[in-house]
Amino acid sequence: MIHVHYFARYREALGVDSEQLGWEEGFARLDDLRRHLLARGGDWAVLGERNLMCARNQELCGLDEPLADGDEIAFFPTVTGG
Amino acid sequence: MGIRVQVAAFDPGAELNALHAANVGVGAVVGFVGYVRDFNEGREVGGMFLEHYPGMTEKALGKIADEAAQRWPLLRLEILHRIGRLEPGEPIVFVGIASAHRQAAFDACNFVMDYLKTRAPFWKKEDTGEGPRWVEGRDSDQAAAQRW
Repeated sequence: MIHVHYFARYREALGVDSEQLGWEEGFARLDDLRRHLLARGGDWAVLGERNLMCARNQELCGLDEPLADGDEIAFFPTVTGG
Repeated sequence: MGIRVQVAAFDPGAELNALHAANVGVGAVVGFVGYVRDFNEGREVGGMFLEHYPGMTEKALGKIADEAAQRWPLLRLEILHRIGRLEPGEPIVFVGIASAHRQAAFDACNFVMDYLKTRAPFWKKEDTGEGPRWVEGRDSDQAAAQRW
């Protein structure tokens, strides 16, 4: 199982703040999961944005980050705090 | 070292004074306060909502604080960031550093803010006269964080 969270503009565009996906062997890296979600089409195109940020188990990471069953993944636009 | 993420308002003066309280080894205190402006990117701003990633926010801020403490000799470090609904003129963020000498305090404060703006999971949604809009990240913030 993979827990996926979406924040801010992505959460609004997708109309969902989180979901659980069954673990697939094809999810070797975070980018494989992202491509799986992009393939849904329509609003999911936001996950193709150049400035997309992501986190694995609540730590910022790159799209080449390896995934493991049970991970908590988050996709979000560039952060704007402070 | 203190990390606080809260809805409640805070008193920047009280936060600054607390950094020196009961520690006569402190020779320098530097504080940064970020406020909600009433104007941004060509539009009047009537207020904003600050969204965050509960759990990761605290971890990300803690990591930034740890890194600052490794790079400079600090006596105290406080990071306070508000979430939820905020009005123009209200303080959003406080970073306060106490150290024996000023340079470490100045540099650490600058570093914490640069990292916070690019690595802590907060997002601002502004209310403008033309409706709400998400604030977009700025390249200048990324560049500022890269100098460390």
